[in-house]
Amino acid sequence: MAPAPSPDVILEMRDITKTFPGVKALSDVTFKVRRGEVHAICGENGAGKSTLMKVLSGVHPHGTYEGEITFEGKPCQYKSIRDSEHDGIVIIHQELALSPHLSIAENIFLGNERAARGIIDWNRTNSEAAKLLHRVGLRESPDTQVLHLGVGKQQLVEIAKAMSKDVKLLILDEPTAALNDDDSAHLLDLIRKLRDEGITCVIISHKLNEIAAIADSTTIIRDGQTIETLDMHGAERITEERIIRGMVGRSLDNRFPDHTPTVGEEILRLEEWTVYHPQDPQRVVVDHANLTVRAGEIVGIAGLMGAGRTELAMSLFGRTWGTKISGKAFIRGKEVNTRTVTEAIRAGLAYTSEDRKRFGLNLIDDIKHNTTAAALGKISAKGVVDQPKEYQVAEDFRRKLRTKTPTVDSIVGKLSGGNQQKVVLAKWMFTDPDVLILDEPTRGIDVGAKYEIYTHINALADAGKGVLVISSELPELIGLCDRIYALSQGRITGEVTKAEATQERLMSYMTKEKEVTGR
Amino acid sequence: MTEPVPQDGAIATATTSTDAALTPEPSPSAEGHKRVNVREYGLVAALIVIVLLFQVLTGGKLLMPDNIASLFQQNAYVMILAIGMVMVIIAGHIDLSVGSIVAFIGGILAIAMINWNLPWPLAILLGLGVGVAVGAWQGFWVAYVGIPAFIVTLAGMLVFRGLAILLVGETIAGLPSGFVGISNAGILGLFGYSGALDIFTLVLGIIATVAFVFGQLRSRRSLVKHGLQTEPQPMFLAKLIGVSLLLLFFTYVLAQSAIGTPYVLLLVGALILAYAFLMGRTVFGRHIYAIGGNVHAAVLSGIDVKKVNFWIFVNMGVLAAVAAIVTTSRAGAALAAAGNNYELDAIAACFIGGTAVTGGVGKVSGVIVGALIMGVLNMGLSIMGTNPAHVMVIKGLVLLFAVAFDLINKRRASGR
Repeated sequence: MAPAPSPDVILEMRDITKTFPGVKALSDVTFKVRRGEVHAICGENGAGKSTLMKVLSGVHPHGTYEGEITFEGKPCQYKSIRDSEHDGIVIIHQELALSPHLSIAENIFLGNERAARGIIDWNRTNSEAAKLLHRVGLRESPDTQVLHLGVGKQQLVEIAKAMSKDVKLLILDEPTAALNDDDSAHLLDLIRKLRDEGITCVIISHKLNEIAAIADSTTIIRDGQTIETLDMHGAERITEERIIRGMVGRSLDNRFPDHTPTVGEEILRLEEWTVYHPQDPQRVVVDHANLTVRAGEIVGIAGLMGAGRTELAMSLFGRTWGTKISGKAFIRGKEVNTRTVTEAIRAGLAYTSEDRKRFGLNLIDDIKHNTTAAALGKISAKGVVDQPKEYQVAEDFRRKLRTKTPTVDSIVGKLSGGNQQKVVLAKWMFTDPDVLILDEPTRGIDVGAKYEIYTHINALADAGKGVLVISSELPELIGLCDRIYALSQGRITGEVTKAEATQERLMSYMTKEKEVTGR
Repeated sequence: MTEPVPQDGAIATATTSTDAALTPEPSPSAEGHKRVNVREYGLVAALIVIVLLFQVLTGGKLLMPDNIASLFQQNAYVMILAIGMVMVIIAGHIDLSVGSIVAFIGGILAIAMINWNLPWPLAILLGLGVGVAVGAWQGFWVAYVGIPAFIVTLAGMLVFRGLAILLVGETIAGLPSGFVGISNAGILGLFGYSGALDIFTLVLGIIATVAFVFGQLRSRRSLVKHGLQTEPQPMFLAKLIGVSLLLLFFTYVLAQSAIGTPYVLLLVGALILAYAFLMGRTVFGRHIYAIGGNVHAAVLSGIDVKKVNFWIFVNMGVLAAVAAIVTTSRAGAALAAAGNNYELDAIAACFIGGTAVTGGVGKVSGVIVGALIMGVLNMGLSIMGTNPAHVMVIKGLVLLFAVAFDLINKRRASGR
């Protein structure tokens, strides 16, 4: 029935349509992958990328979608992940699925144990695991518990696990989302190496620079439809701007809204702020940091993973992280003591976590309850919540931030990342803080929604708030902030104004080592 | 970078939702009308079906006036305990000790009245005070030491059962008649009679019905005023008329009972109203949902999680004391074996009533219907003289199927 595919096509998905109650998630999507290439899939959140991969791998079983899938020339009707893995299609999800208390080797062969008649052959397990670890370039003993590994190394264990299954097509969903630059670079190298060994890779990513660096082809999906497939080595040079244009359906000439700051008096000052690691009290994580934020100013904190950015923010915000915290904090010139979150909020601080789903929101509750969660006192009398007022507050923020939702009764867990972040912003704007610390405010948010978040951050500054932005993305800091501090190993190693800021300069501060190492 | 699709199958609904986010106008149900809450209506429908079933099986005995009165008297403890338990479960804990606490406090009540000759109202105050102390004891370990409630209350289950046996021996009987009346008598003839009907009961029932209708109309008006979603009009009217008729019917039947309005009915009614308000309208209630929904986010929102957890257990202690009062009064004696498996009845009522096992979700009204389902099962089966062993099997299966039905429903709704 299907026309014979050209020999170099390993996977072909034709006219895939997948409908959820009330929503058409995919509509006539066609997706073709050549053997031995790295093929990137780009698209905004909710465009349907993950759904497409779930259709491919059998998470959405055959029969729940329309269309045809051909893999290695054979039509596929996968009923479960087991079926697709049997054919050599392996997905690595962005939330890693390793069992933390088991060893690397046990994780690699989980569900696929090296055993004879139900009895595990530990020597074979460990020696084969060691070979796989060597192939992915992970220098760890196979019997190390996974919980002792960083995210980057865990990612490598996932890949080793995939390779143990004779993978032919490896699908990586946002593989570098949680990785620092070094680990990301290593992972990209590994993907190139796998390609050279003949393993076809499909990579879903938001990081356009990585796609530009590694992909041979790029398919863009928007609103559940295939928009185009770009040949990255073709005649047309594919730039990040070119990909963005495909993703959003318009060109985003300016990724950052124009903003002229009106900087006022100093609003936050930290003096000699020092924090130690809670599990390892010998280790200093934030080391005598001094910084200031003025009213109307957006100040950035740049730093590599583990530099102490989030730790700095959370130790200040009600001592929610760290031990042996010392140093002084001043808000509007008055020293404040922020030993609990309640005190921090009262002092005029707000902190939005880098992980909004785990630390920022009650995902099973609705928008209005989340909006008022940090300042219920403002809409209650004698412990009784004024519900009409609560509704009014939530509705006002919904309009102001243009949160896309039918009503404020909607459950927060069902919103897209950008809209969830708007609820987080609303929640903290409602506490009417002097200083907002925004930790990775645009993580996991698509390009269009990012622009909106930047606009709201600018508006906060214009309202006279001090804003401290922590971000891993240097272009974001440079585009958004009036001033940027660089953090390295817990110390502030540099401070640059917007005019002086370049990625190279920040990076050199961020990688500045301590002169004297050791404890 | 990260696409908000939880790979975790547990949050199945989120899969569709991310994709839904791309369509500017999401589901059609979002416009104007709230999707009819199938679960809540299903629960009430299940209760009605069970009532009718037993009405037939018992040859019409279930809905006889005196049986309705004793349905409440017999099962008041489940409702009282379930109200406290639902708060514990919403916050993400469990309490296995309430049955033992009922026996322990029952023993103290009896000793206070019989050995110390305390007037019974004072004994009740003492019992409530002991409830506070027991709750504070367990709350301390859970909230401030951080021991999982499962462990703390498992220990409590053993400790308080042991103490109850030490206090009571086997039985302390001969309790004062005023105390025994709490669970065995009611308000009768206060406003006189109209034929065989007690007028006070009728008045009370009519007031309750009118209050219900006005409350519903008011909240609907407030929703409309704020442009919020409401149930479709026919559904709303059907609910209004249906519940009103039910209330009036039960009022009519109860007015013929030998004791009029049982005291415990008033007690339970007051508790339901008070706790529905506490959970739905107060800051404290909101904090309980916030903790159960996402404890990390609650901490970072400035909610004093330890304090809230502590008071949840103190509250559970007090309600266990109230349950001890009605149970001891009903039996007319303190028994060392009293309250056996009560914690399981209360937990089952919570889960039948739609409380989430993982916390964060649950309603007082839901668990009351859950408790009534358990109560009607108890009552109906005991009228039929069913072997207690069979009763246990049936109750167990009802719990299992109720939760399974709920889960399947949710899965279907999320398109998996």
